[in-house]
Amino acid sequence: MTATLEQTRNTESAGAGLVVASLERVSKNYGDVRALHSVDFGVRAGEVVALLGPNGAGKTTAVKLLLGLLQPNSGKVRVFGGDPTNPENRMRTGAMLQVGRVPETLRVREHIDLFSSYYEKPMALAEVLAAAGLEKLSERKFGELSGGQKQRVLFALAICGDPDLLFLDEPTAGLDVEARRMLWDEIRQLVSRGKTVLLTTHYLQEADALADRVAVINKGEIVAEGSPAEIKAQTAGKRIRCITSLSLHALRQIPGVTEVKEDREAIEIHTGEAEPVLRELLALDASLSGLEVTSAGLEEAFLALTQDSSKNGNHAS
Amino acid sequence: MSTATMALSNPRIVRSPRHTATIYLKEAKYEFLKYLRLRMYTVSVLTFPIMFYVLFGLVLNQNQTIGATRVAAYLIPSYGTFGVIAASLFGTAAGLASDRGLGWLEVKRASPMPPFAYFAAKVATSMVFSTVIVLALFTLGIAFGGVRMPIGSFARLLGILVAGSLPFSAMGLALGYFTGPNSAPPTINLIYLPMSFCSGLWVPIMFLPKVLQKIALVLPPYHLSQLALGVVGAGTRESVVGHWEALAAFTMICLGVARIGFQRDQEKMYG
Repeated sequence: MTATLEQTRNTESAGAGLVVASLERVSKNYGDVRALHSVDFGVRAGEVVALLGPNGAGKTTAVKLLLGLLQPNSGKVRVFGGDPTNPENRMRTGAMLQVGRVPETLRVREHIDLFSSYYEKPMALAEVLAAAGLEKLSERKFGELSGGQKQRVLFALAICGDPDLLFLDEPTAGLDVEARRMLWDEIRQLVSRGKTVLLTTHYLQEADALADRVAVINKGEIVAEGSPAEIKAQTAGKRIRCITSLSLHALRQIPGVTEVKEDREAIEIHTGEAEPVLRELLALDASLSGLEVTSAGLEEAFLALTQDSSKNGNHAS
Repeated sequence: MSTATMALSNPRIVRSPRHTATIYLKEAKYEFLKYLRLRMYTVSVLTFPIMFYVLFGLVLNQNQTIGATRVAAYLIPSYGTFGVIAASLFGTAAGLASDRGLGWLEVKRASPMPPFAYFAAKVATSMVFSTVIVLALFTLGIAFGGVRMPIGSFARLLGILVAGSLPFSAMGLALGYFTGPNSAPPTINLIYLPMSFCSGLWVPIMFLPKVLQKIALVLPPYHLSQLALGVVGAGTRESVVGHWEALAAFTMICLGVARIGFQRDQEKMYG
């Protein structure tokens, strides 16, 4: 095991822990559909990484490749320095996938008991139940649970083997705000025990709440990578709308402005942070009117990121 | 991915025999519990053969005979075979098709579960339900049908029928790999109901038209039922070895087809 871990040192990792899971120039197609295109991506030991992207961006494909459930068309997938289908790796990983149907007539406790038995050193049942917030539900049948409770059972199955590396594919998909926050707390507790986590999500807020590092994926390509704060600065941009006498050229000169558009009689300005731009705007044009500031939607943010990456070559980190 | 690197980086998990046994037992136990609590399964699989037996063997034809065998005794091997086939096909095919189609098998494959444990649990569960069906028929036959046989004959009949679960579990695995979660149950019905009829499981084979009697010779339920009927002295006069050979060949074919499906699923990964 030490030998295989040594190997991973070669896959460049700026400081921090060893790369425990990586995609190296990985492409994956389903027939004519391109799911991933030459993706380079790594997760280092002890890190929580969020793969953030809209539906169909290739997040699930990336996770399944790392779990050895899919094979890439080209490129290399490594987990703990070896092949992801390596049974020994499976001992050290846990996975929460999106499942259409879980056997409904088995009790929560029974599902956990079975999955725990696969592992060499599983957590105690009580510990798993506590970590997943299922103490009061252990005797319930899976089919009797609410959506959030079902997700927590799948979470419990992912962690019951006490794995070093966890893959959580859209752990909070379809959950309401409260259930989502509960699961976040559970994931955070896990992280505090030194686990390495790769989670996928299409909520920027979720990536922000949980991850040390965020990789934004769109149409099968990583379009940005960085800390949540860095990504937020790019994605959680603001849109300023106003009527002004300033020329488009002058507006583009204002620091922090990423895009300026004419919209009928008004002007629309995109920026990472609204306040400095507003100060400048008001100082430059005393007659400015019809001022509106709104948050750019996530969809637009992804669009902006995609455009950015094609303009500037690559990411921001 | 070259075979060399695969070989290098694919050390097997070494588990103690005890740990491995525990996994297999738990997998089987929970597979059994899953179906035991699934009313749709237990009702259709347990109730039908028992209901048919009570109706045609105990209520309607109480004192009649088929050849030299009383109807109540004759119908235990027939409906026993019928029940074993249903238990085996629905347990394996429907479960596998649903697990495959709706992502549950993927969760299991991502875990360190020994893959064979999954299949073994399905087959074992089919055998347990088969045993339950046959024992229920015995009990009813003895209590209400006046069926009397040496205990050794009961044991042989049980053994044959439960062993007969194997070819049909194999068939279930093959079907489960080539049907989807919704299409599996109707496909099973479409195959096993006509097959059971033509094999003489509902109407004794000698009462079927000659053409069907010929067709029956290539149907696996016919061979299983003839082996079972032999125990109550009502088999046709073909060789016992021939029946076993036919069932063994059928099992191998089904396992071959299932293997193709298994490979295809794995290769989807490479596709």
